[in-house]
Amino acid sequence: MQLAHYLGLLHRAQQRLGDAFGQVGAAHREEPDVFHTCEKLAAQCRGHAEKLDPFARRYAEQAPTEPDRLHSELFSGTRTGPLGLLRDLQDLYLMAAECDICWTVVGQAAYGARDEELLSVVRSGEQETAIQLKWLRTRMKQAAPQALVVAE
Amino acid sequence: MVDRIADPWGPRTPYGPGERWPVRVDSFLADGHTEADVQRWVPSASILHSNGDAMDIAVIDDRIVGVRGRAGDRINHGRVDPKDLYGWQANHSPDRLRRPLVREGDRLVETDWDTAMGRIVARSKELLDGPGGWGHFGFYTSGQLFLEEYYTLSVIGKAGIGTPHMDGNTRLCTATAATALKASFGTDGQPGSYTDVDHCDAIALWGHNVAETQTVLWMRMLDRRRGPNPPAMLAVDPRATPVAREADVHLALRNGTNLALLNGLLRELIQHGWYDEKYVTAHTLGFDELCRVVEDYPVAKVAEICDLPARDIERAAELLGHSDRLLSTVLQGFYQSNQATAASCQVNNVHLIRGMIGRPGAGIYQMNGQPTAQNNRECGADGDLPGLRNWANEEHVAELARLWNVKVDTIPHWSPPTHAMQIFRYAEQGSVKLLWISATNPAVSLPDLARVRRILARPELFVVVQDLFLTETAELADVVLPAATWGEKTGTFTSVDRTVHISDKAVEPPGEARPDLDIFLDYARRMDFRDADGAPLIKWTGPESAFAAWQECSRGRPCDYTGITYERLRAGGIQWPCDDEHPDGTERLYSDSMFNTDPDYCESYGHDLATGAELLPEEYRAKQPGGRAFLHAVPYQPSPEVPSEEYPLLLTTGRTVYQFHTRTKTGRATQLVHAAPESWVELSPTDAERLGVGEGDLVRVESPRGAVRGRARICGVRPGVVFVPFHYGYWDAADGVAPGQGRHDRAANELTITAWDPVSKQPIFKVAAVRVVKEADSAGRPSPAPTVGGSAPPEGSGIPATVGGPAAESSSREA
Repeated sequence: MQLAHYLGLLHRAQQRLGDAFGQVGAAHREEPDVFHTCEKLAAQCRGHAEKLDPFARRYAEQAPTEPDRLHSELFSGTRTGPLGLLRDLQDLYLMAAECDICWTVVGQAAYGARDEELLSVVRSGEQETAIQLKWLRTRMKQAAPQALVVAE
Repeated sequence: MVDRIADPWGPRTPYGPGERWPVRVDSFLADGHTEADVQRWVPSASILHSNGDAMDIAVIDDRIVGVRGRAGDRINHGRVDPKDLYGWQANHSPDRLRRPLVREGDRLVETDWDTAMGRIVARSKELLDGPGGWGHFGFYTSGQLFLEEYYTLSVIGKAGIGTPHMDGNTRLCTATAATALKASFGTDGQPGSYTDVDHCDAIALWGHNVAETQTVLWMRMLDRRRGPNPPAMLAVDPRATPVAREADVHLALRNGTNLALLNGLLRELIQHGWYDEKYVTAHTLGFDELCRVVEDYPVAKVAEICDLPARDIERAAELLGHSDRLLSTVLQGFYQSNQATAASCQVNNVHLIRGMIGRPGAGIYQMNGQPTAQNNRECGADGDLPGLRNWANEEHVAELARLWNVKVDTIPHWSPPTHAMQIFRYAEQGSVKLLWISATNPAVSLPDLARVRRILARPELFVVVQDLFLTETAELADVVLPAATWGEKTGTFTSVDRTVHISDKAVEPPGEARPDLDIFLDYARRMDFRDADGAPLIKWTGPESAFAAWQECSRGRPCDYTGITYERLRAGGIQWPCDDEHPDGTERLYSDSMFNTDPDYCESYGHDLATGAELLPEEYRAKQPGGRAFLHAVPYQPSPEVPSEEYPLLLTTGRTVYQFHTRTKTGRATQLVHAAPESWVELSPTDAERLGVGEGDLVRVESPRGAVRGRARICGVRPGVVFVPFHYGYWDAADGVAPGQGRHDRAANELTITAWDPVSKQPIFKVAAVRVVKEADSAGRPSPAPTVGGSAPPEGSGIPATVGGPAAESSSREA
C-alpha cells in the first residue's frame, strides 16, 4: 500500500508551508496583517502536520521504500518590497495549492482504506487549507494593482 | 438650574415599559442671555457624539449664543449632552483657521484660496498624468462631515480620479458595526430603534460605556431603570464605568477575550434550550456550525480565558436567556478589540437564535462612535460602495456607472477598497503621494503615533488638511484649508437608529473659512472632472442639490432617502428607508424576519471571519440564503499582542464624558476643559500597590512603541489593566511646543499597536502590552482625572469632586 508516501508528502508539505508562512510573515512585519495572519496560519499548518503524524506512522509499517522525486521544492526564501511581498504570497499560494490537492488525494485514499478517522482529519484540514488559499488570493488581489502599476 | 459638569445626565424622569419617554428640555445660553433674547432658533443635531440628539441653535445678532434640545424629536425628547451644551463655544475660538495656509520650507504661511487650491490641483494633475496615476491619491475623511459632503467626495474619488484609496476615521470607530451587520443580515443598516429602550426587559451593553459616549441614550436607560418594571442590565467591560456600576451583572473580563465570552454564553443559551428553534429554522443559516464551534467553550474554560468567576458567566447567560425583549448595544470595547467582527457577529447571533429582532424592545444597536459615521458608510467615502452596494456585484457597480455616466472600469471595483491603515502604509512606502485629510486628526488618533508622524512628515508626501484649527496633523501639512463647521453650513446626517436630521446654517463661518462641500465642489471644478458625454461629472452646486443627487443613488437600496426632503427634516428627524412604500420612514428593520441576504441585493458575499479571506459570489449563491440571516462562528484566538514578562500589563484606551476625539472642539470650551484638563493613567488598587504608586503620582506607561506620562488615578479598572484616555494630543500640551519638537509623551496612541481586525480592518486600540513605572510623587495633588465616569475614585477617597460651578449652570425643564 502506497498511502504512506502521500501521507508523507502531505505531512512534509504542511511542515514546509508552516515554515514558509512563518518566514514570509517575519520578512514582512511592516505589513501587520500579513505578519499576524501568517503567524496564525503557520501554527495551523503545524497543527495539520501533527494531526497527520499518527497516520503517517501507522501506514508507514505497510509501505515499501519511499520513491524518488516524491517531494517538491517550492520555496527558496523571502523577498522585500511591494513586489517581493506579492511574489512571496504567490509562493505560499502554490505551496498551499500543493497541500490542497494532497488533501484531496489522501481523502480519496482514506475512503479506499475505510479509515474514517483519517477522513475526519482530512475534512477539517482541507477546509482550512481552502481558506488559506482564499486569504492569499484576497491579499494578492489587494496588493497587485498598487505594486505592479502604481509603485515605482 | 443644573450643573451638567457635576451631573452630566441631569435629573431623572422615570417611566415604565411601553410608556412614552417623558420630555425634558435642556438648554444652555451663554453670557446671561435668556430665551427671550434669542432672535432665531436654527434646527440642528449633535455632532459631538453619535446619538443624533436634535437641538436648536440660538442666534443673537448673527452669533451663536447657545443651544436647546428639541422637545418633539424622536431621539432625545429635548435632552442635550453636556458636550453639546458647552461645546459650540469652540466655534468662536480665537484660533480658528480663517485663511488657507501653504508650506514654505518649514513654515506654514497664510495665502488666498486660489493659491492654496492651485497648489493642490497642480500636484493632482501632475500625479494623474500617467498610468496608475489614480493610485497616488489617498483620501482620509471623518465621521463628522455631512452626508452631502461624503457623497460628493465619494463621486470625485470613485468616478473622477478612480481611486480605491478612500477611507474615513470611521475605520477606527464604526467599521466593525458595518461589517458585522453585513455579515449577519446581508447589508449595513441598524435593525433597532431607540424606542426599544422603552419596551425592553433586558439591556446588554457589550463593550459600551454608553454613559460617557452617548449620554442621552444612557438617560433613557436610566429613566427605565428608575421606573416600574425596570429592565435587567448586563455590562461587559474591564472598567468600572457608570454602566458597569449600574448593571445587575458586570463582567470585567480580560481585554481581548470578548469572543471567548460570547462563545461561552451562546453555548449556555443553547444547552439550556434558551433559543427559539422555530425562528432558527425559518430565518437563519448556520446553526449546526454555530453549535459545533461554541461546544468547545464550556463555562469553566471561558472563565479561565476571560479571567472571570464562572458563576458570573452563568448569571449573564441567565439574564440573557430569561429575557423576552432583549436590547443589545455594542461599541468600542468590541469594535477596537481582538476578533472584533467575530465577537460582534456573536452578539447578533444571541438575538437571532432567540428570535429577538425586529419587534419593540428586541433590538440591536451596533453603535457608531461618531455623529455622521453612518453617512460615510452609506455614501461610500470610507471604502463602502455608495448606497450600501456590493463591490463584488457587477450589476451594482454598473448601476453606479450609469448613474454617474462614466465607464464601469473607471470605478475601482477590481479589488477591495483600501482601508485606512493600508493607505498610510502606501504613503509610507511612497506610492501614495497625495493624502487629503478632512475633519480628522490622525497625528493623535491613529495607533503608533511615532510612525504616523514619520509618514506625514515625509517630504515626498503632499498632505492636504481641511479642518477648523491648526491640529497636530495640520502642522505637518503642505496645504491647510480652513473649513466651516456645524452651525456655519447646511447638511444632513443620520444617527445609529437611522434617523436623518438636518443641520441648518445659523451664522457665517469666520474669515475666509468655507463649508467642506464648497471645497470639494471647487476641487472638482478646477480638476474639470467630466462624465462620458463631456459634461461636468459633479452636477450639483450646493447642499440641497447634492442631497437630491444622493437620493437617486439611494433609490431602491436599504437606505432609501427618496421620500425625505429638507423641508420635512426641518420639522423633525425621519428614519430611513423612507420611500413611496414607507412615506413616514421605518422604525425597525426586519420586522418581517426577511433579511437583506438575497445575492442580488446584499452588500457583501462574505468573509472568513478568522482571516478576512473573501468568499466567492458563487459560494454565496450556493448557500441560497433566501432572506435568512447568517449565524457566523469561529474559535477564540489570543490578540496579536499579549502581556509578557517585559510588558506585564494590558493597556486599553477610551473616552471621558467631557471630551470628544482629539479635543479639537471640546478642548476649546471652558467648562469641558476645566472638567477634564489633562490626561491621566488609571490603575487598579492591586497593581498600584505592587508598583508603589499612589493617587496622583506621576507614572510612565511604556509599550514596545513608545511611552506616555500621566498622573495615576487609582480606581475600579480590573487588575492587570491600565487605562489611558485617547483625547489628549500636543496642541495644548504643557510644554507648549509644536508637534515634532516637544516631548511626545501625552497621547495614548504613542503606545498602541499597529494591528487590526482581519475583516473590518478596525485597529486594535483595546489590547496592547505595557509596563508602568513610577516617576514622581503626587505631592498631595490628586490626578486630574474627572471624579465622574469611569475614572471615579473609590467612595470616601476625599478627592474633590468634578464640578462646573456657575459657568456650567444650565436649564433642564420637564414638560
